[in-house]
Amino acid sequence: MTRQEKKFSGVALEGKHRINLTVNGQLYELAIGRGAGKVNPSDTLSFTLRETLGLTGTKVSCDSGACGACTVLMDGRAVLSCMMLSIECDGKEVTTIEGLKDPKTGELDPLQQSFIDHTAFQCGFCTPGMIMSSKALLNDNPSPTEEEVKEALSGNFCRCITHYHVVDAVMDAAKKGVESK
Amino acid sequence: MTNYRFIGKSTQRKDALDIVTGKAKFINDFTLPDMLYGKVLRSPLPHANIKSIDVTEAKSFPGVKAVLTYKDVPDWMAGSAPQHVRILDSKVRYVGEAVALVAAETEDIGAEALRLIKVEYESLPAVYDVEEATQPDAPQLYEKFPRNILPQGIRVFGLHPLQEVVIGDIEKGLEDADFVIEGTCSYENIPNPMPPESPAVIAAWEGPDTLNVWLGSQGPHIVKVALEKWMGSINIRSVGYSVGASYGSKYMSWQYTMPAAALAQATGRPVKLSYGKAEHLAAFTVRLGSRIHGKVGIKKDGTVTFLSGDWLVNTGAFSEASQAMVAVGCGEAQLILRCPNWSFKPKVVCTNRTASGQVRGFGGQELKCALLPILALGMEKAGIDPVDFFKRNYVKPGEGYYWRDGEWWVCEGIDYTKAIEKGAETFGWKEKWKGWLKPTSVKGAKRRGVGVGIHGNADAGEDVSEAFVRLETNGTAIIYCGLPEHGTGQRTNICKMVAEILQIPLDRVSVTPADSLVNPVEIGPVGSRGTYAIGSAVIAAAEDAKEQLFEKVARNLKVKPEDLETLDGMVYVKGKPEARISWGKGMNYSGTCLGRGRFESDFSKPNFMMIFTEVEVDTTTGKIDLIRVVGATDVGQIIDPLCLTNQLDGCLGSAGIDSALFEEAVLDTRLGRIMNLNMIDYKWRTFAELPEMEHVILETPFSTHRFHAIGVGEITPSPGPPAVLMAVSNAIGVWMHDYPLTPDKVLSSLGKIAATKRGERA
Ligand code: FES
Ligand code: FES
Repeated sequence: MTRQEKKFSGVALEGKHRINLTVNGQLYELAIGRGAGKVNPSDTLSFTLRETLGLTGTKVSCDSGACGACTVLMDGRAVLSCMMLSIECDGKEVTTIEGLKDPKTGELDPLQQSFIDHTAFQCGFCTPGMIMSSKALLNDNPSPTEEEVKEALSGNFCRCITHYHVVDAVMDAAKKGVESK
Repeated sequence: MTNYRFIGKSTQRKDALDIVTGKAKFINDFTLPDMLYGKVLRSPLPHANIKSIDVTEAKSFPGVKAVLTYKDVPDWMAGSAPQHVRILDSKVRYVGEAVALVAAETEDIGAEALRLIKVEYESLPAVYDVEEATQPDAPQLYEKFPRNILPQGIRVFGLHPLQEVVIGDIEKGLEDADFVIEGTCSYENIPNPMPPESPAVIAAWEGPDTLNVWLGSQGPHIVKVALEKWMGSINIRSVGYSVGASYGSKYMSWQYTMPAAALAQATGRPVKLSYGKAEHLAAFTVRLGSRIHGKVGIKKDGTVTFLSGDWLVNTGAFSEASQAMVAVGCGEAQLILRCPNWSFKPKVVCTNRTASGQVRGFGGQELKCALLPILALGMEKAGIDPVDFFKRNYVKPGEGYYWRDGEWWVCEGIDYTKAIEKGAETFGWKEKWKGWLKPTSVKGAKRRGVGVGIHGNADAGEDVSEAFVRLETNGTAIIYCGLPEHGTGQRTNICKMVAEILQIPLDRVSVTPADSLVNPVEIGPVGSRGTYAIGSAVIAAAEDAKEQLFEKVARNLKVKPEDLETLDGMVYVKGKPEARISWGKGMNYSGTCLGRGRFESDFSKPNFMMIFTEVEVDTTTGKIDLIRVVGATDVGQIIDPLCLTNQLDGCLGSAGIDSALFEEAVLDTRLGRIMNLNMIDYKWRTFAELPEMEHVILETPFSTHRFHAIGVGEITPSPGPPAVLMAVSNAIGVWMHDYPLTPDKVLSSLGKIAATKRGERA
């Protein structure tokens, strides 16, 4: 047993042997345990998404809840996937950056388009997390003020300093979203 | 101004769709079949000999494939210069230095194996202060560096690299001066560039003499060149991925690539070595420590008569490229100061903390942060406005300087006076500047102040770039260039340049992956050379390809090549739109047009950046708010406006402006440990605290570039920290010289609390 397994072997799994996780509309039944395709009790959600399901669009930077790079939507709200254990996500619905496009038409989410139009990225490493946090904001508040955008994104680290373009992109997407309603 | 089809227009970045959909591949998004994971055991002590090391238990742990110690790693030496760093050594020199390497089936297994390695250390005294380290009785890090001083005269840039600035006669300067001031200023808070993506690499051997590495380096080609030099006669193929930012730090990249190569060699399998964030912050590139004891002579009219001083450069446990950075810093000092008499002497010193290396600003920012505040003392004495001072002093066409190669270069660039004036006007400098140590405004406990900094770099034309451009029969073009994308949009920008020359839609131009097997020599997007040096090589290749195409077509149509022009994949005879032929036909659907371009070093064209800042200091709490930033530059010609503003906004981050305000690696000198090895305790600016930001971007044509561009490159943050220091000093009416200007220091400068020394507890 590795150290992490020992640490988490006390988590009550309530006799469960698998978890159900819906990611981007697709249901995954994942066995709990060790080995390929399984979910270790110590696996974080970001690990499961990236390493087990191959959804590498979600990025990990600090791996400790400080930077927002790993932000995904869980039941519509922004969460830090590096701070959640996958076994705690049983029955949840997760959306990652890969799932933002319209599944039928393949059309980009207006936020994604707006990030492109404003070149709201430099290295692009923080961008998936930025877009997911912005998405959660607009879900909640379709026409935020600039201050509200800044507040909502203040947990997202961007070292290249793309903040200014990101604020423009989110405001613009919000404006277009409201106009098209 | 020329009206271009792509240049200067906002175009979608080529990788935009991949970035916003999560498809862009960074190195950690990539695995190889059969790949193992590397892990590093790191030293808990700042200076120690390894007395014994027992790996038996770790080796027999299930899933562990190799455990390496200093006894069994290859004798590869790195570091510059001379080489002095082993991947593992019998001695450790900083907390976090590698002690043992493990390769295992999973990261968890590797981490567990590290815990099973038993090391006995013989602790040695450690030294952290750059001056204490040079004392005769100081602990010595390397036998070959007496008093911990790295040798000078090393061939970092050619035969006689610049290692000091000695010009004229200091005595004469003393005589001519109306005022002589003396001061010490340090930029020693060891800020971390902290790119979001930590260093990572995959290494795999093909047979005994070919090593493949995949990594997020800013200069994949230079990784190949350096490793081939240091690892003996092997071939290296280096493939660059999207860089999760670097800010210079992931340029050489041998620090993590060589250990991965050793593990891959020992196991015969591919090995990924990926740093965690704490490892990244504890054991990877930080800025140089910079301390200047300087003396300046100045006349009443603001003319500087001499500058003398010692520049003490703390490189930490080893030098990645410190003498090279010092050479560039010495050159850059001369760009901002017109002065007949110099005696400016750097010393690069090793100490027992994590090593310093290349970071955006490459020696120049570290120098400016310590030098400008000393010059400011002189300006204060003479009662000179700093904007006027910089206007008078910044290098003009026809004026000369010694550059990093030790040669005397004469500026053939442009005069940046207009950019300075426009910047000052936009900022409202005249209205806000009230004189030295005078606040702009006072409202109760809140005092505002303004400050300004300046920087320039003649490296925009440094080193060699080569590129090929291949025309396809279907009217598309491929650029062969070893340029990775590290955030500036440069891979797209070179496509724009080629599309402009060939007059084809932008989506018909692509760039090869940054793979050293495919591409010619490319030093990489460093030293602000992206637009000028790399751009010029690519442009030359495109022009060459076009020429070859026109020659073929001219023969075909029985006209002269100069009678031809091309648009959207068709070649026309000028003035006769009916006489046309497609690229494919022109090339007879067989044969290739492969254009070749090369750029050679040219240090005669400095670029320019100035930053104006306004701060508000709360004199009750000591908190400083950065209110407004105005950047001023002249880029010759904008290539892409949004990529440019992104780059200019970058002045806050990557150990830039904020390294004056709150960024620091807090070194506890009792333990030798950096105490804030996470992204909560290492402070960074959030969206909620963005200052107002404005850019003044002039476009004065640079005649020697095909599109008249010079760019701005890496220097956007560099003038920032001293500008903030000046602004805060003016706001509170007391000189502050101790980066970063945390609230406690503000309050102690105001005499409200007792001062604490760095590394001590309050
Ligand atoms: S990676 Fe999850 S918050 Fe930083
Ligand atoms: S774009 Fe590089 S960190 Fe945000």
